[in-house]
Amino acid sequence: MLGKLSLAAIPLDQPIPLAAGALVGVVLLCILGWIVLAGHLPYVWREWITSVDHKRIGIMYVIFALVMLLRGFTDAMMMRSQQALAFDAPGYLPPEHYNQIFSAHGTIMIFFVAMPFMIGLMNFVLPLQLGVRDVAFPTLNSVSFWLTCTGALLVNMSLVIGEFQRTGWLPYPPLSEITYSPGVGVDYWLWALSISGVGTLMTGVNFVTTILKMRAPGMSYLRMPMFCWTALATNLLIVAAFPILTAVSAMLILDRYLGFQFFTDTAGGNSMLFMSLIWAWGHPEVYILILPAFGIFSEVVSTFSGKPLFGYRSMVLATMAICMLAFMVWLHHFFTMGAGADVNGVFGIMSMVIAVPTGVKIFNWLFTMYGGSVRMSAAMLWSIGFMLTFVIGGMTGVLLAIPPVDFVMHNSTFLVAHFHNVIIGGVLFGAFAGYTYWFPKAFGFRLHEGWGKAAFWCWQIGFWLAFGPLYVTGLDGMTRRLQHYDVAEWRPWLLVALLGAITILAGIACQVVQLVVSIRHRDALRDMTGDPWDGRSLEWSTASPPPTFNFAVLPDVHGEEPYWSVKERARGQHTLPAAPHYEAIEVPHNSPTGFVCAFFATLIGFAMIWHIWWMAITGLVGAYATFVVFAWRDRTEDEIPAARVAEIDAANRRARNEALREMEYAS
Amino acid sequence: MEGADVWSSVRTYLIGLALAAMLTAGSFWISSTGVIYGPGVPVALIVFALAQIGVHLVFFLHLTTAPDNVNNAMALAFGVLVVVLLIGGTLWIMMHMNANMMPMGAAHGPHMHGGHP
Repeated sequence: MLGKLSLAAIPLDQPIPLAAGALVGVVLLCILGWIVLAGHLPYVWREWITSVDHKRIGIMYVIFALVMLLRGFTDAMMMRSQQALAFDAPGYLPPEHYNQIFSAHGTIMIFFVAMPFMIGLMNFVLPLQLGVRDVAFPTLNSVSFWLTCTGALLVNMSLVIGEFQRTGWLPYPPLSEITYSPGVGVDYWLWALSISGVGTLMTGVNFVTTILKMRAPGMSYLRMPMFCWTALATNLLIVAAFPILTAVSAMLILDRYLGFQFFTDTAGGNSMLFMSLIWAWGHPEVYILILPAFGIFSEVVSTFSGKPLFGYRSMVLATMAICMLAFMVWLHHFFTMGAGADVNGVFGIMSMVIAVPTGVKIFNWLFTMYGGSVRMSAAMLWSIGFMLTFVIGGMTGVLLAIPPVDFVMHNSTFLVAHFHNVIIGGVLFGAFAGYTYWFPKAFGFRLHEGWGKAAFWCWQIGFWLAFGPLYVTGLDGMTRRLQHYDVAEWRPWLLVALLGAITILAGIACQVVQLVVSIRHRDALRDMTGDPWDGRSLEWSTASPPPTFNFAVLPDVHGEEPYWSVKERARGQHTLPAAPHYEAIEVPHNSPTGFVCAFFATLIGFAMIWHIWWMAITGLVGAYATFVVFAWRDRTEDEIPAARVAEIDAANRRARNEALREMEYAS
Repeated sequence: MEGADVWSSVRTYLIGLALAAMLTAGSFWISSTGVIYGPGVPVALIVFALAQIGVHLVFFLHLTTAPDNVNNAMALAFGVLVVVLLIGGTLWIMMHMNANMMPMGAAHGPHMHGGHP
C-alpha cells in the first residue's frame, strides 16, 4: 500500500533534523493559521497563488529564494561549526548526517536559491524593461514557479521523511547507483530536480519567446537594455542545457528503478559518461546563474554613475560569446578522470578563453564609472564589491583551468573557495544588488539604505574571512567534505572560516532587520514618482508598484535609453508629453492551473520516491486532468476599461508632473 | 480560414506524412535486405535519419527561409551547434577515456592500448 514508506523512515534517533523539521512545521502552521484566521486566505489565493501576473510571480520567486537561502545557510553554519570542532574529535554531526548536509547545501543553494532568485528578478523586470504587458505565456509562467516549489518541497521533506543523498550535490555514480546508495536519498534528488527542471525549462522557453517576439514598438535588438540581453543568453542556455539534466536524471532513474546499466560500470555501463553529460549541463548552468547578474550590474552601474553603459555593443558581443563558449568547457570539471593530455589541453584553453569576454565586461563597468558622478548607494556597493571579489574568483578559476594545476588542486578546499568566490561574489551579490535596485519598483518604497550598507559590509568581510582561509587550507592539501581531520595546521584557518560564516550571519540578520525597518518606515521611504534612482530604462517610466497592465499605452522606443530620452525631453520642454489616448486593456485571467499541477507533481514525485505506484498514477491522471480543464477554459482574459486605465495613469502623471516642477524649482 | 488554405495546409501535412513514412519504412527495408553493401547500412540509416529530421522541420514545424523565419532558423542553428558540441565532444572525451582508463577487468584483456605504461 505505502511502498517502501513506513514509520522507520522518520529519523527518530537523530534529534537535529527532527527539531529542525518541527521548528519549520510550527512556523509554517503559524503562518497558515494567521492567513486563515485573519481572513487573508481569499486574498492570498486570488492575488498571489493563482496570479499569472509576471510581477507577482517574480516577487514570489524572490521570496522563495530568500527563504531557501536561510535553509541553505543553516547547512553552511553546521558544516563550518562541525569542521571547527572536529579536529581529532568526532564533532557533533555523525558522518552520514554530515554527508547529507553538504549534499543538501549545494543542491539547495544552486537550484532553490540562485536559480529562483535570478528567474524571479528576470520575471519581474523583463516585461517592464521590454515595454510590454506580460510574458509570452503567463499561465505557463505560474506552472513553472509552482513546479520549482514542488522540487524544494520534496528536498525539504527528506529532512524528516527518509533521508537526503550523501553523494555530494551531484549524484555521481557508481556511488549513487542502487548498489551503493540503496536508500531514498538519491531518489529525492532525482525526482525533485526532474520536476523543478521541467519548470525551469518552461521558464526558458517562455522568456526566450518573450524577448524575441514581444518588445515594445521601436525596441530593436540593439536597443534592449543590457539586462534583457543577458536574460536572452541565459534563457537560450536554459533551453539548450536543461534537457541534458532531464535526460541524465532519467537515465539514472532507469538504472535505479528498472535495472538499466547506463552508469553502473558493470554490464557495459560507464560512470564516466555521467560526469560528461552532467557537466555538459552543469557548466552552462554556471553561466545561467552569472549572466543575469552581469545584466543587473550593468543596469546598476550605469544608473548610479549617471551615464549610459560604456561599450554597449561590446557588452552584447561578450554576452553572446559567453553563451556559445559555455558549451565548450565542461571537461574542466573532470580533468583528472583520465581523458588525457590532448583533450585536457583543448578544454583547458577554452576555459581560459571564456575569461576574455568576462574581462571585457569588467572593463566596461569600470569605464562606465569613470568620469561619472557615482552615487554610493547600497546597490552600487554590491556592484563594486562584486567587481573586486569576482576578479579574484575569476583568476583562481583561470588558475584551475590549467590541467596540471587542477591535478594538484582538484577536490581540495581551494576549489571550494574558488566556486564560492564566483557564486557568492558574483551571483549572490548580483541578486542582492538587483533586490535593492528593483525593490521600490515592486513595492512602492525603498529599502533602508543604512541597513543595506551594513549588510553589504558584513557579507563582504564575512565572505573573505570564510573563504580566504579555505584557499590556504586547499593549498595545504585539505580535501573538501571532511567530516573530521587530524592536521593541526588547518585548525586555525578553519576557526577563522567559522568566524567568517558568523559575520555572514550578521549580514543576513542585517538584511532581515532592513526588511522589517523598511516596511515599518515605508511612508518615509515611499517612492512617489516611480523613478527613485533617476533610471534610464522603461521600467522606471511606470508607477511603483506598476499597475497590472504595466503600461497604460505601450511606449514608443527611439533609442538605447528610452526613458532617459523621455525625461530629457520633458526637462527641455518643461512639461510632460500630452496625455495619450487610452484604450481598454486585456490582461490574462488568473488561473489555479500552476498550483494544482504542482500539487499533483508533488504526489507523483513523493510516490515515485517511495515506490507507491497507485499514488503516482493518481498524480499523473490528476495532472493530465488539470491540463485538460485548462485547455478547455472559457475565459482567458479580463478587460480593464479605458476609463479605469486613464484614471490609474492620471495619478502617475500627476506625481511625475509634481516631481518635474520640484526639480525645476530647485534648479 | 478559406477552403483553399485548409486544403493546401492539409496537403503539406500529407506530403510530410508520406515522406516520413517512406523514410521509416526505407530504414527497416534497407537494414533487412542485402541490397547494399553490409558495412554501408549504418551510413544509410544515418542519411535516412537526417532526412527524417529535415522532413519534420519543413513539413510539420514549418521551417522556411522566409524573412519572418529568421528567429526559427537561428534557433535551429544554435540547437544544431549545441547538439554537435555535446555529441561530438562526449564521443571524443569518452574515446580518450576508454583508451586511457580501461576498466579494471578489461585491462587484463587482449585489447589494452596506450595510456598507462
